[in-house]
Amino acid sequence: MVGDNAALAGIQRQIMWNRLIAVVEEQAQTMIRTAFSTTVREAGDLSAGIFDVNGRMLAQAVTGTPGHVNSMMESVGHFLRKFPAATMQPGDHYITNDPWLGTGHLHDLTVVTPAFHHGTIIGLFANTAHVIDVGGLGMGPDGRSVFEEGLYIPIIKCFDRGVPNATFFDFIRAGSRLPVELEGDVYSLCACNDAARKRLVQMMDEFAMASLGPLADFIFDSSRRATIAEIAKLGRGTFRAEICSDGYEAPVVLRAAMTIRDDAIEVDFAGTSGLSQRGINVPAAYCRAYACFGIKVVVAPEIPNNWASLMPFRMVIPAGCILNAPHPYPVSVRHVIGQLLPDLMMGCLHQVVPQRVAAEGSSCLWNPPLRGGAAVSGQARGNRKIVADFEIVTFNSGGTGARPGLDGLDGTAFPSGVRTMPVEATENVAPVIFWRKELRPDSAGAGRTRGGFGQIMEIGSKGDLEFAVNAVFDRVGNPPKGRDGGGDGAPGAVLLKSGATLRTKGFQVIPDGDRLVLLLPGGGGMGDPRQRDPETVARDVRDGLVNAAAARALYRVTLDDNGSLDETATARLRSPPD
Amino acid sequence: MPPVRLAVDIGGTFTDLALEHDGRRSTAKVLTTPQAPERGVLDGISRILGAAGLAASDIAILIHGTTLATNAIIERKGARTALLTTEGFRDVLALGNESRYDQYDLNIVLPEPLVPRALRLPVPERLDNEGNVLRPLDENAVRGLVPVLQREGVESVAVGFLHAFVNPAHERLVRDILAEALPDLPVSLSCEVSPEMREWERFSTTVANAYVQPLMARYLRRLEQELRALGMAAPIFLMLSGGGLTTIETACRFPIRLVESGPAGGAIFSADIARQCGLANVLSFDMGGTTAKICLIDEYRPQTARSFEVARIGRFRRGSGLPLRIPVIEMVEIGAGGGSLARLDALGRIAVGPESAGADPGPACYGRGGTRPAVTDANLVLGRYDAGRFAGGTIRLDAPAAARALAAELGDALGLEAAMAALGVVEIVDENMANAARVHAVESGKSYDGRTLIAFGGGGPVHACRVAEKLGIDRVLVPAGAGVGSAIGFLRAPVGYEVVRSLYQRFSALDVGAVNALLDDMAAEADAVVAQGRFGAPTTQRRVAFMRYVGQGHEIPVMLPARRLGPGDAAGIRVAYDAAYTRFYDRPVPGSDVEIMSYAVLVATEPMPMLPPQPQGFGASAAPVRRQEVRDTVTGAVADWAVYDRAALSPGASLRGPAIIAEAETSTLVGPRWSAWINALGYIELVRGAA
Repeated sequence: MVGDNAALAGIQRQIMWNRLIAVVEEQAQTMIRTAFSTTVREAGDLSAGIFDVNGRMLAQAVTGTPGHVNSMMESVGHFLRKFPAATMQPGDHYITNDPWLGTGHLHDLTVVTPAFHHGTIIGLFANTAHVIDVGGLGMGPDGRSVFEEGLYIPIIKCFDRGVPNATFFDFIRAGSRLPVELEGDVYSLCACNDAARKRLVQMMDEFAMASLGPLADFIFDSSRRATIAEIAKLGRGTFRAEICSDGYEAPVVLRAAMTIRDDAIEVDFAGTSGLSQRGINVPAAYCRAYACFGIKVVVAPEIPNNWASLMPFRMVIPAGCILNAPHPYPVSVRHVIGQLLPDLMMGCLHQVVPQRVAAEGSSCLWNPPLRGGAAVSGQARGNRKIVADFEIVTFNSGGTGARPGLDGLDGTAFPSGVRTMPVEATENVAPVIFWRKELRPDSAGAGRTRGGFGQIMEIGSKGDLEFAVNAVFDRVGNPPKGRDGGGDGAPGAVLLKSGATLRTKGFQVIPDGDRLVLLLPGGGGMGDPRQRDPETVARDVRDGLVNAAAARALYRVTLDDNGSLDETATARLRSPPD
Repeated sequence: MPPVRLAVDIGGTFTDLALEHDGRRSTAKVLTTPQAPERGVLDGISRILGAAGLAASDIAILIHGTTLATNAIIERKGARTALLTTEGFRDVLALGNESRYDQYDLNIVLPEPLVPRALRLPVPERLDNEGNVLRPLDENAVRGLVPVLQREGVESVAVGFLHAFVNPAHERLVRDILAEALPDLPVSLSCEVSPEMREWERFSTTVANAYVQPLMARYLRRLEQELRALGMAAPIFLMLSGGGLTTIETACRFPIRLVESGPAGGAIFSADIARQCGLANVLSFDMGGTTAKICLIDEYRPQTARSFEVARIGRFRRGSGLPLRIPVIEMVEIGAGGGSLARLDALGRIAVGPESAGADPGPACYGRGGTRPAVTDANLVLGRYDAGRFAGGTIRLDAPAAARALAAELGDALGLEAAMAALGVVEIVDENMANAARVHAVESGKSYDGRTLIAFGGGGPVHACRVAEKLGIDRVLVPAGAGVGSAIGFLRAPVGYEVVRSLYQRFSALDVGAVNALLDDMAAEADAVVAQGRFGAPTTQRRVAFMRYVGQGHEIPVMLPARRLGPGDAAGIRVAYDAAYTRFYDRPVPGSDVEIMSYAVLVATEPMPMLPPQPQGFGASAAPVRRQEVRDTVTGAVADWAVYDRAALSPGASLRGPAIIAEAETSTLVGPRWSAWINALGYIELVRGAA
């Protein structure tokens, strides 16, 4: 038995760890409540964490999205290399949106703030948020280099000892289509680090802590041990998988060889397609983030994110492949490729722990970035009416993959952690009309458990005037695959209401009188559809989500004229011939 | 003779009653009768009246709250409900905000909508955001749905159209058409139930209202009949989740507003205690068997909110319930109660809750077959209870069983003795509650400086001192009669009604005339409801604007003058907004315009007069009845603590911690750094660091 004093100290360390997680949660909540960009406040595309003075992450808020899991963590090291901790002053805030020093595209701002206690720097708070506009071409894949993609902010001080850097704020206001929102967001990011900084100081006083060192050691030690213990439960070996994206110019193949060792999981992406000329390239930090999330959610979901719990997951990303884009390749919509990585990781892990992984899902967000007004229709259109200027993006998702014991989720973001905004709110901020936004029948991959259903969206502008979409869609040519005999989800489609098919990626105009129609993919199914509980099939038929012919052909289930399960006929259909 | 006032609160297990007459108060508890809840109510009423020597005809006012609506939603026992909705938007309820409430759990389950897809019936119609008709309502299509509703045996209908809160014409037309064909079918309109922007929340609220409406209306009518048959002529009021009271008429139309009435009563109880003691700003802390509820009270007024989630399935996780947009007293509910179970997480750390042992088998120390350690087991092993007197002596606590459970689940793996494992459990649960309280304060833009914590429920007084320490609070109050706190709270509630409506405007282009017209209309609606039950009592009106910087997503409430606005008011409102924003977030954002999203008007009778402040001062030192070994959770040290019998302490009695003040329902822990005294009202006041 441990002595009482040692036992008490151990319990207190656990309390302090919990408190630290509460501090970063407050940090994230403050950002959500003060942010201007809908991407942050409505969608929750953000991340927040606390670091020691060596740049090692101690805790990360649960609130936020996985794309920043360890990309933000790596970022703090870059800040410290440019501005060593010893040179930082109370009231300083540092900022960047460098895709290679931050979280992978110019739309993500990362702010780092030192925290002081009794005059000494004791740690750093960092956060990342996706803002709506940083100028350039706007959020879309069409850039041919990062320089076309928007305002490029190197690591600089945005507040110096509490005083705003007026030159910096002048530049960002001048460089954005939404200057008020961008400036307000920078204030919000600084405010949320300030709130966390104050709470940390209170915590250190309460627990009489001189530094974060001993607590950091405890967190890192327990996290590393627990993560390795989870890895140790897995079978050893190397497991390969691949997944295909529609790409921009040509399909992109992502390949992974996952090697499970005693104390680490290493993923080698050799064999992955090369770089694209357009903005779907993925900086290495972002690849590590989503690959790591995909492994963690299966292998060690309960263990909080920190430097040590993420360390056993190692990625080898060959130079020249699309998952290791160098500067100045365009990277604006790196999520289109990056969000396939958890499906790829689960393809590997399916060979190890099939009962713990999901089938492939729609995965890549189906956000339509929409623009209208003079930037689309020009100034010189005579007396023809054009729509008022607007620039918006909504966050939408298809179906997720079937789980071993549960159906996939209908129209729900995964792996991204974002939320969508109400149509009524969107229609209040931009002159658009959503004519349809509902589940897409017959889109779910069949299976013992089926995939989630995708959605159908039909969008016009007010008055059905010309507007444009900056398409960033995927899984049109490569629908989500089922596992273990489950069917594939329905592929997506990007259409004009009048019938023409649009490209999945790139800036395209929806002409006067026409509308944009999006068919969002469904998730893949899992297991043999003929083993699915016939009552749940009957319910899907009654709900108009699975047509009767498909129920009969795929699931071998039939309903009577009242819409109830016909048990006799179903049993006959399901009994093997002879 | 002052009027006889009776309050009845139906909870899941017990129906609580509180009666005030001749300046006295009596309380009673009877079992809830879920099949016909009015049976339990009538049983309780006859008992409490009998004991007081009163007849039903003596009652001057009856105030009633109930969890029936909440339970019907949780247990999915409401009416077969259909939703008529804008064509193209059939799945608003199913899609929600398209997100997962837990990023790292691959196996989450989202709540099923109350209306299945087969009964979500699209109707051709469309309004734009300004209420202009883009597509007229297809009246024939609505008529065509009548046979469907009949065939499907639909008992209640909700109507939810996009932007109907701006222009209710289409929804009203649907009601008229249905009323012609199916006059007995109840219809809930989104423009009336929850006239605010955000279609998912509005439709969800409207559907929930329709879902519980037949059940609640039947129950309330039956109850009224039975009470009249008993000879009670007094008016009956229903407790609202927002803290006001309303009539049976209104409750039958908008029963969803009754959903959180029990907890609201608890918060009003706290606010009333605060008022009696002259404590303007308090934190109400109610810790029961399964959960702890906290509520911030400022200026004697519980904090209110406009949205709420019911029937959370993800262990109290935000986002895992059905959203309701109604006025509510804002409370945070944490999965932390006496029955919360402790375990080791994947990292070998002690984790407590939200899983609960419930009443059966209950904590290991109940000796009913529970083998996993609960918070109550940990408190017992630390020496915080009198094992023989727990729950008034009805449950004999088995301390060795508690120690065995703690050792087996935690101690053996961690190399800790049962007592130190118990310390860990209690410290973790206290920390969980304090963390939730801290985040709640951040979200509300409040702090705990200078606040008093009011503790009640079975666990509140046991954990209060430590939670207060963790929040930097120096003063704790443990009232008497907390066992039926919600029912007592009902007696203190004003007759009031809140109306909320959306009207979007940029502040720089504020149309004062439109705002005045809207607010006057809202005030008239609220006045009409309140007039039915105020019996000539004077009313006050509060007007609030919900404002934010253009482009932001979260509004903050700004008080408006309770009168028509003039052109000169704008500057003052803007100053008030900037001040409120700075209070929340340190610095205003330069150069930004402000937008107003919606307004609230609350009309209520004036609160009961405050009692004169009680004389303060320490009286004679109290004498302990015995001493027992207790382990302090801060230092881990074991010492002999004095045990006092609360019933034997009279006002003025004072004592110094560490000590335990035992009573039938709970124990109040007086920490080593705390002093306690009994105030003139018989409440225990605890002060940290006092000499």
